[in-house]
Amino acid sequence: MKAVEFQGLEVQYGDMPALRDASGSFETAAMTAIVGPNGAGKSTLLKAALGLIPSTGRVAFFGKPLAEMRARVAYVPQRASVDWDFPVRVIDVVVQGLYRELGLLGRLRLSHRRRALDCLERVGMADYASRQIGALSGGQQQRVFLARALAQNADLYLLDEPFAGVDAATESAIIAVLKSLRDQGRSVVAVHHDLATVPAYFDRVLLLNRHVQAEGPVAETFTPEALARLYGGLLPQLS
Amino acid sequence: MSALDFLAFSAPPMLIALLAALACALPGNFLLLRRQALLGDAISHVVLPGIVLGFLLTGGASTPAMMAGAALAALAAAALIELLQRSARLDPGVAMGATFTAMFALGVLALELSGAGAVHLDVEHALYGNLESLIWFDATDWSALITPATLATLPPELFRMAATLALLAALCWLFWRPLVILTFDEGFARSLGLPVRLLSAGIVAAATLAAVAAFAAVGSILTIAMLICPPAAARLCTHRLGPQVALSLVFAAASALIGYVLGGYGPLWLGLPASVSAAGMIATTSGLILATAALWHKR
Repeated sequence: MKAVEFQGLEVQYGDMPALRDASGSFETAAMTAIVGPNGAGKSTLLKAALGLIPSTGRVAFFGKPLAEMRARVAYVPQRASVDWDFPVRVIDVVVQGLYRELGLLGRLRLSHRRRALDCLERVGMADYASRQIGALSGGQQQRVFLARALAQNADLYLLDEPFAGVDAATESAIIAVLKSLRDQGRSVVAVHHDLATVPAYFDRVLLLNRHVQAEGPVAETFTPEALARLYGGLLPQLS
Repeated sequence: MSALDFLAFSAPPMLIALLAALACALPGNFLLLRRQALLGDAISHVVLPGIVLGFLLTGGASTPAMMAGAALAALAAAALIELLQRSARLDPGVAMGATFTAMFALGVLALELSGAGAVHLDVEHALYGNLESLIWFDATDWSALITPATLATLPPELFRMAATLALLAALCWLFWRPLVILTFDEGFARSLGLPVRLLSAGIVAAATLAAVAAFAAVGSILTIAMLICPPAAARLCTHRLGPQVALSLVFAAASALIGYVLGGYGPLWLGLPASVSAAGMIATTSGLILATAALWHKR
């Protein structure tokens, strides 16, 4: 079974098509990069699949509609999408990942707090639990977002540009966490910009330019010919 | 002034000002963090056409009809602002600015064309409310406090504001978690399956309810000030949302009580003959608290 399967996904921004008849899938227990030029609809694909923006087409998570599968799906938005001056502490953000368990009025127990701290520990941020989020660097903020997703204890992690504007230490910390998730049989999908690191970081790749050009193992799909086609000959330098 | 005079003439308006300040400050916290602080300003302008409409439909200054009209106009404006933001992708400031000036202008036109202006609807009333006139005539001795029949003659604004505050406090307590998640990270809130539109509309509706209820009693200046100043001052004093909301309520209460006393007695202490508008002085006090918080924050 696929972690995500989408068919005929269409998204329109004003009169600009952002996704045109996009069809494809993401494998379970794999790390997949979504790759494509600027404006190819990479973030849009994640948002449309999750129902964050209006779209037409069909999407299934683990073979079922999203509404039945929400507890198994964690989403890590772009770091730049929120106001980091917001008056919350690091631990408060991570606890948001427990919302589906806590509900409206469920009491936040010591065990919940411990789990949130564990998630911070896994991204190397346990010492920052009581900090105000505005006092963090970009990389630290991204790790807090990842910790919140870990607290959701999901089977599928969808990350929107997790490496945008982060330091090298954060990048390797994040990739280590994502690989451990994959090794536990969970599925990871990330919008990714740096073509050079695709083979080292990911198992599979989905080539997107408004519609899906190809999806498959990196060794077979991530070829110079496919990339030339994807980027229209303007191939960024591959190291 | 005897203690009994205080009970009849000062306690009811002070209490009403206090309740109005608290009811406005509470949703004001969320408006502030959602960068919708000016929504309160917008609401207190857009209610004008609704009030005129209520007046025209009932043919007289019936409070419930004008309140209903105000609420209706505010909800229509809130919906219009959401629509302009989401569908036309306008900046929130543009959406609000366009909506509230257009609707206020509509209200002015309706007022002039209908002749309602000749009666009780005037600009002064809309700006300052009528706080000082909300007195308790029947409180002629202390037994009034335990006599149901006499208690019922308290200004109806008192009960209206108390009910509004109780409702808003209950909603805030019940929906605290989703409200915080939504306000911080809307995309994540959606991915959790939270009813984002309903909650966003709920915040606007709560602010509208507070503003409309307060508007009738204390006027638009005080309403706008209480929606913005206490939360803004509290925001400068803490980095956590819970303490921010609590502190905003403290600041709102302090503004109401200190401002009322200063409005009534301040000029006399200065040797001036008359007192000044309580609503104006309460709003000024909240502004001073905000200025103090800003100075303290800078240091």
